[in-house]
Amino acid sequence: MISVGARAATGRKRGRKRSPKPIEVQFRTIVSPHQLNSRWGRRIYWLVLAAVLVTFTLAFVFPLYWMVTGALKTPEELAQMPPTLVPAEPSTDAFFEAWDLFDIGTLLANTAYYSLGGWVVCMAVDVSAAYALSKLRPMFGNVILGMMLATLMIPAMVVLIPLYVTVVDLGLLNNPWALWLPAAANGFNIFLLKRFFDSIPRELIEAAQIDGAGPVRILRSVVLPISRPILGVVSIFTIVTSFKDFVWPLLVMTDSDRMTISVGLSQTAGAVTQNQIMGGLLITSIPMIIVFFIFQRHIMAGLTAGSIKG
Amino acid sequence: MQILRRNLTAYGFLCAALACFTVFAWYPMVREFILSFQKTDLINEPIWAGLDNFKTAFLDPAFGEAWLNTLEFTLLALLCGYAVPFVVALVLNELRHARAYLRFVVYLPVMLPPIVAVLLFRWFYDPGPGLFNQVLDVLGLPPLAWLDSSSTALISLVIVSTWMNMGSATLIYLAALQNIPPELYEAAELDGAGIWKRIRHVTIPQTRLILLLMLMLQIVATMQVFIEPYMLTGGGPENATVTVAYLMFQNAFTLQDYGSAGALGMMLMIVLLVFAAFQLRLTREDKA
Repeated sequence: MISVGARAATGRKRGRKRSPKPIEVQFRTIVSPHQLNSRWGRRIYWLVLAAVLVTFTLAFVFPLYWMVTGALKTPEELAQMPPTLVPAEPSTDAFFEAWDLFDIGTLLANTAYYSLGGWVVCMAVDVSAAYALSKLRPMFGNVILGMMLATLMIPAMVVLIPLYVTVVDLGLLNNPWALWLPAAANGFNIFLLKRFFDSIPRELIEAAQIDGAGPVRILRSVVLPISRPILGVVSIFTIVTSFKDFVWPLLVMTDSDRMTISVGLSQTAGAVTQNQIMGGLLITSIPMIIVFFIFQRHIMAGLTAGSIKG
Repeated sequence: MQILRRNLTAYGFLCAALACFTVFAWYPMVREFILSFQKTDLINEPIWAGLDNFKTAFLDPAFGEAWLNTLEFTLLALLCGYAVPFVVALVLNELRHARAYLRFVVYLPVMLPPIVAVLLFRWFYDPGPGLFNQVLDVLGLPPLAWLDSSSTALISLVIVSTWMNMGSATLIYLAALQNIPPELYEAAELDGAGIWKRIRHVTIPQTRLILLLMLMLQIVATMQVFIEPYMLTGGGPENATVTVAYLMFQNAFTLQDYGSAGALGMMLMIVLLVFAAFQLRLTREDKA
């Protein structure tokens, strides 16, 4: 054990002395490995890498840094020109003020309730529909699927008004079902789930049938356990989408104690100071950033699973 | 008998979805059509109005401008939101370090609720102590009015929109680039193709389908732009950022004129469906 480790260490050291470590190439892209490891190739590579790192950090991380430090500054410091890069006297007062002014506790609780409730409704409706279309194969199943997919062609903004009128007719204003039921009518989720269910071998289902399992039992004990990856992807996207949604909750959840966090912030933002707004924005972003940290892999896999083959 | 039973169970599983789709997806599509021929304010009984709604929408002084702005926004957003992610993906795909970090960072704004991005940028655009003018000042450039001037307002909206949306397109392109078989590049290289020619003759043809698909998705998405003008400019200054979706929203929810909003929606839908049909033909020709 020790000798192997030692040898590896000396080997690495010797390698470094001889020549700069070659850039590892696991997969071939436009620039060939040979070109990349030529003297100029390497110089250009490090230059481009540094430029990209700096640009990306400035473009995508710095705005968030500015948001966080903005919330830590006093209104006087915010109005100061030129602005300070680091808050002179960081204070977390703005967060607590924002929490009270925006009533963020209520708004966050509302949003969490709508997102999770919407997720339960959406999964129940879409999974059973996809299961029926994929494994029970009813008459006109393909027609139904086609009509469900056709709704994806209609831009959301266009049906916004008739949908609103429908919800008003049903008396669902300020009722969470006005968010949940339209979200459950999601042709894309059904399409993704059905495609995954289609790949479950027929033999597995038949074996369960021979054992006397009914359709509900097969769904619960055979299909769902196998489909955990796709269920995870669909779940995350459903929850994130409903958390981020703005226009629809703006229209149907109008009571100030039933608003979602996005709508609540937009309504109150004119009446408070800049550092309080930033505090509110930061509190709003945190749940999504945490979700992204935890489910990064699923989110990125889901992003490409849906689009490339679709 | 068995077929009947199988169908009954299947429709049992389907009924919830069928109800949701009927009430909240299919019926609104029909309702949209009816709405555009009715005068309705949701309080009084709707009255049949013929083509009046279309006339009202047409005679609205902001009508022409809204379409022009939507078109301009879409073109600018395509220039930024379509070309930039592809170039970024090309570069990211060549890099061998910090890949996870770069992918994480570029997708981060997509995760944030749009309201966060919009309010954050509203502050950056502040003509006084706003970040952008301060940066221009440091660089020795004159300050811009950003959202307050009709010449820069639209492009300011495009910047926000690109910032918060480009992550998903970038990652989708990146995945498509990684699916290109390496042999093609090797063959092209043996034939003496330089880097530019390799992009031109290998990368682009290989990602053509996804490029076309994303083009369509982005046109449809950007033509519906709403939250940016709604939160940032309120359509101003001097109607410079009134978009069709914004005008529709205004007609319906400020003026309570659901009919003319419906008429605008119909026009928007027709334009988008023409785009979609055109696109579909392009992709089909591509496959043949």
